[in-house]
Amino acid sequence: MKAAHRDFDFQKDISGCGIFGVIHKKRGLLPGEMPIRAMACMHDRGNGLGAGYAAYGIYPEFADKYAFHLMCDDEAGVDAAEQLLRRFFDVAESEPIPTRRVPAVRKPPVVWRYFVSPKKDRPAGYRSLDELDYVVSVVMRINTRVPGAFVFSSGKNMGAFKGVGFPEDIAEFYRLEEYSAFIWTGHNRFPTNTPGWWGGAHPFTLLDWSIVHNGEISSYGINRRYLCENDYECTLMTDTEVVAYLLDLLIRKHGLSKQMAAKVFAPPFWDEIERMPKAEAEAMRALRITYGSAMLNGPFAILVADNSGLFGLNDRIKLRPLLVAEKDDMVFMSSEESAVREVCPELDRVWMPKAGEPVIVNLEA
Amino acid sequence: MATRARKQLTLDARGVYYRQLNERIRQAASQGVSRFVLNNVNGQRYIATGLVGDLVFDIHGVPGQDMAAFMCGPLIRVSGNAQDGVGNTMDGGKVVIDGIAGDVIGYAMRGGRIYVRGDVGYRVGIHMKAYMDNVPVIVVGGKSGDFLGEYMAGGIILLLGMFSDKRCSPITGRSMGTGMHGGVIYVRGEVPEEQLGPGLHAQPVGADDLRTIRGIVKDYARELKLDGEDILSGGFMKVRPFSHRPYGNLYVPA
Repeated sequence: MKAAHRDFDFQKDISGCGIFGVIHKKRGLLPGEMPIRAMACMHDRGNGLGAGYAAYGIYPEFADKYAFHLMCDDEAGVDAAEQLLRRFFDVAESEPIPTRRVPAVRKPPVVWRYFVSPKKDRPAGYRSLDELDYVVSVVMRINTRVPGAFVFSSGKNMGAFKGVGFPEDIAEFYRLEEYSAFIWTGHNRFPTNTPGWWGGAHPFTLLDWSIVHNGEISSYGINRRYLCENDYECTLMTDTEVVAYLLDLLIRKHGLSKQMAAKVFAPPFWDEIERMPKAEAEAMRALRITYGSAMLNGPFAILVADNSGLFGLNDRIKLRPLLVAEKDDMVFMSSEESAVREVCPELDRVWMPKAGEPVIVNLEA
Repeated sequence: MATRARKQLTLDARGVYYRQLNERIRQAASQGVSRFVLNNVNGQRYIATGLVGDLVFDIHGVPGQDMAAFMCGPLIRVSGNAQDGVGNTMDGGKVVIDGIAGDVIGYAMRGGRIYVRGDVGYRVGIHMKAYMDNVPVIVVGGKSGDFLGEYMAGGIILLLGMFSDKRCSPITGRSMGTGMHGGVIYVRGEVPEEQLGPGLHAQPVGADDLRTIRGIVKDYARELKLDGEDILSGGFMKVRPFSHRPYGNLYVPA
């Protein structure tokens, strides 16, 4: 990134990232227009250096296939990534992700999507992995071994759409208004410590996990090394990437509940643990001891989605805003109430959750 | 003042960017408009920020961040909820919020009053200060998050805990009054000791305190159409600092 040329009259942008999420508990499909308008309402929380969305329920015709979204520097990158993909997967469908040219979105990468299922006859060295580990290992392989190619989502019946721009520009670029989903998350980025590049926009994803984040993960170094020991490799140069992989490790691999994973990310203070009933105190102590390297230090408000639901969580001293609102079967989570009111003026209940206490909303069966 | 006919301006804020909205307000104020009705406000930042004088605002909708920051004089009534940063470094005037409000309300406030009917977020009233007759007051009708009155150096926070939908939460979050060295926090009912910052203790209120509380509650109840006697029927405790200007000699020894 270039420094400002005229720093003597540089106007400081006062901002922080903006996040928004909505879930329809009965899987009612919500039009893309909803998260787009909500994010546009929080336009000033970002500075045009990153925006994105995650959508669940958008690929019902390929619901049993892993939907790989790839961004590549050029066609050669797409070819190299596709070659690798075809070694590991049967490709049911492959196509460019529909986009339109938007003046505000400059030099976009080539974005492509593949609907795939693991090959019956897998490459040597990959035969003992269970299916999801197999998919994860291919994601890691593309991100680390294929120059200029990155997987930006890899779950079933869901997809991430992200890039460098304001939320409304990125939505226009990806023609997001053409999708409907039962869970949406959105992000407006104001990068602080890491580059504002396409791969560094939120959401960060792995399998059907997606996360959008306002804040910064000061424990990135520790988290990253811990993940590396568990075969997750960070390649996207942005702190939030570790949360996507930690979710997969803690919840899918280690079998923790979302509630417990939230307590790993934002553990109660030791003095609070001491005041808890004995069994709970022991559990919390065990989590802190076992997963010290997975604790997230620093300010955060995060929204996490997967094919089972949406949850929101703050750091334990609430250094970033988060608000939850309910209307009929919909639950909204947002940095600002105005973003929710923009798309749903009448609400049944509005509240700000307690720091470190996850708000977990699951889809009804 | 209320009897004087005010020159009024009603604005529809729907879809209006905050800069245009605030420019319009400032321009009108400079032309003698002193009463503003803002309809369909949704997320516009900095409303009434830096405004000085005898102005009245009726805000319908959800005003955005930093409403009434650096404000000195105006009266703002918000019919619904407010977001973060209301009354940041506010100098004078009054903000009445007939709903909940977000984080860092009344940050470094040095005069005027902020009344919130419901719950507030984290870090409310931190760095509040007072000087001679300028004594800022924040009243929270519901419950507060952590760090209420942190580093407080002056002024009054009155926490009622009455109009909250957080039934299971304590009246205040952790670390209340941490590092305070001026001012006072009054709490209706009991103060959970474990939520207080290091070295702080809740004390019973005296006759002077009760007189102060009664005066504040009377005005608060009138503004929000609440039953003041009902509010006063509960017991009150106070939290005061145990040190005064602990770093006063740090750079310039006395």
